[in-house]
Amino acid sequence: MKIVAVTSCPTGIAHTYMAAESLEVAAEEAGHEILVETQGAAGSDPLSAEQIGAADAVIFAADVEVRDRERFAGKPLIQVGVKKAINDAPALLAEAERAAKEPVPASAAGAPPAPATKVDANAGFGTHLRQWLMTGVSYMIPFVAAGGILIAIAFLIGGAKIASKVNGGTFEGVTYAGVSTDHLDKLLSQTGFAGVLFFIGSTAFKMLVPILAGFIAYAMADRLGLVPGIVGGLLASAIGAGFLGGLVAGLLAGFLALQMKKLRVPRGVAGVMPVVVIPLVTTAVVGTLMLVVIGQPIAAATTHLTNWLNGLGGSNAVLLGAILGLMMAFDLGGPINKVAYTFGVASLSAGNLTIMAAVMAAGMVPPLAMALSTVLRPKLYTKSERQAGEAAWLLGASFITEGAIPFAAADPIRVIPSLMAGSAVTGAMSLGFGATSRAPHGGIWVVGLIGKPLLYVLAIVVGVLISTLCVTFAKSLGESDADFDTEPESAASTYPSAGSVPSPAGSRTPAGATVRS
Amino acid sequence: MTNGLAAHDLSPNDLINAELVDLDVAAADRYEVTRGLAARMEKTGRVTDLETFLGDVRAREEQMPTGLEGGIGIPHARSTAVTAATLGFARSADGVDWGAPDGPAHLIFLIAAPAGGSSEHMTILAALARRLVRPAFKQALHDATSPDDVVALINKEVLGR
Repeated sequence: MKIVAVTSCPTGIAHTYMAAESLEVAAEEAGHEILVETQGAAGSDPLSAEQIGAADAVIFAADVEVRDRERFAGKPLIQVGVKKAINDAPALLAEAERAAKEPVPASAAGAPPAPATKVDANAGFGTHLRQWLMTGVSYMIPFVAAGGILIAIAFLIGGAKIASKVNGGTFEGVTYAGVSTDHLDKLLSQTGFAGVLFFIGSTAFKMLVPILAGFIAYAMADRLGLVPGIVGGLLASAIGAGFLGGLVAGLLAGFLALQMKKLRVPRGVAGVMPVVVIPLVTTAVVGTLMLVVIGQPIAAATTHLTNWLNGLGGSNAVLLGAILGLMMAFDLGGPINKVAYTFGVASLSAGNLTIMAAVMAAGMVPPLAMALSTVLRPKLYTKSERQAGEAAWLLGASFITEGAIPFAAADPIRVIPSLMAGSAVTGAMSLGFGATSRAPHGGIWVVGLIGKPLLYVLAIVVGVLISTLCVTFAKSLGESDADFDTEPESAASTYPSAGSVPSPAGSRTPAGATVRS
Repeated sequence: MTNGLAAHDLSPNDLINAELVDLDVAAADRYEVTRGLAARMEKTGRVTDLETFLGDVRAREEQMPTGLEGGIGIPHARSTAVTAATLGFARSADGVDWGAPDGPAHLIFLIAAPAGGSSEHMTILAALARRLVRPAFKQALHDATSPDDVVALINKEVLGR
């Protein structure tokens, strides 16, 4: 078999050439012909169009973007981090051999730049699952940030009644007609600019579940996952299955698209597979499953959970606060967090303002605690974590719990329980004090809409201190060289570097994006 | 300065000399190993500012640990504090954790490259890097009994002399 490969690494003086050598030695042993283009500091000898044309498969062993990758368009491609080639070149060649035999190169090299995922091709299933979910969450975060802050501003300038003014309903004895979606031209005149901002923010929030589902599927199956994932997510929202439903829809869509991608089909049909056949079939199947089979039980489970929380609220407010706090910090913006959040919003519309306050307070704790910890003990954190820490101040203050994700993803065992402890205390204290919030989002910026603001802030401060102490202590145990070891092993697996923005890196990086490591 | 001058002398075309080899490094962690080798480089004059160079190496290491499977660590950097391509070598019987998944590094290569290095420098380092993945080369380094053995081996394999 004829193989061409490109190796590259950040410094361009060591790994690039070690990977090239490993590939050449392994290819010779396996009886393949290989030509390696080393994109390193010593200058590279570019592969010619004829050499690439004659190749059966292409290997990119690269930690930085491969230069002129469009030269390889349409070839079966294996793309890994540079270390993979050094450590296990024979396995890589075997993978290339398999790729060459597939009838259709499902994701061709040099295809138009696509959004990044956080998926490392060499990891086990548990890691994969986490990376898929992380990819979905990381694309969802900017929607949370944009939507959440817009809603907060809307409440700040429009007052607590703005939600009812836009959506219709009764708020504190006054009934509002709301603005019909058929007459959005009236939005500005009836609700003012606050109403406009609220509507924009709400629309961004409506995208959370579809984006989560779509990009979970995208992480699993590339762009083929997007359509069934997004449609499945929309259906999950429509049926009331919420974030848990979106998560299931995303995994289902990704799995299905992945399986269909592997199907061997005659070359004549192959062309229309990714454009028509796979989107059609996967979307029909995922949609049917969501609507008819699994959507309802998930919706029922969500309702059940809500009822259970409601029951708790009557008997033991402090316990309810603690549980909501645990949920908010458990996955930091993931499905469990959003179940608690949705419960808070539902209680708010039912006129119970204390639960919303507890949920918001508990959700502010994790990013603030991580930010504080990076300031107190910077040595325990990598440079990128310290940068994420700087962003986490603002994210936490704005009630964007997702700001803590970069830390939790790097070191879940030490970080998540610590954050849960603080959030639980904050939630319990807030409900115990009977603090109220009339705004469903906005964090510290809507403190004017908070009842018992001083006690509310106290609850947050206590929770932040508890989480900070726990996480700082846990991190200093057996983590003496955190600076090296918490970074991902491969460039193809990484996570948002600043909390609010997915940092594109890895196997499908858009041109011009910054790539770490 | 009894024999110091001769020992530290590193002719312009050399990559390594015996002073840059530590066959039984005693250091707690990779920072210490790196610092030890870098200090040796500073004595030879190839590194002009120790802290600048160490900072550059560390910046690279923080991107991703340079430990590789098979007990190898290759801290490296292109740095303004380096005058010519230089190699430092340390061997550790117990091993030093270098971030590789399969265990500590026993063979450690500190590679120093000048920031605006000529392609000649880089070609030499490329040749060195290619040797590092060859089992025979690694074994020879494991078996070396004196710093001079190491220098001779590297000169022969990398510089072809």
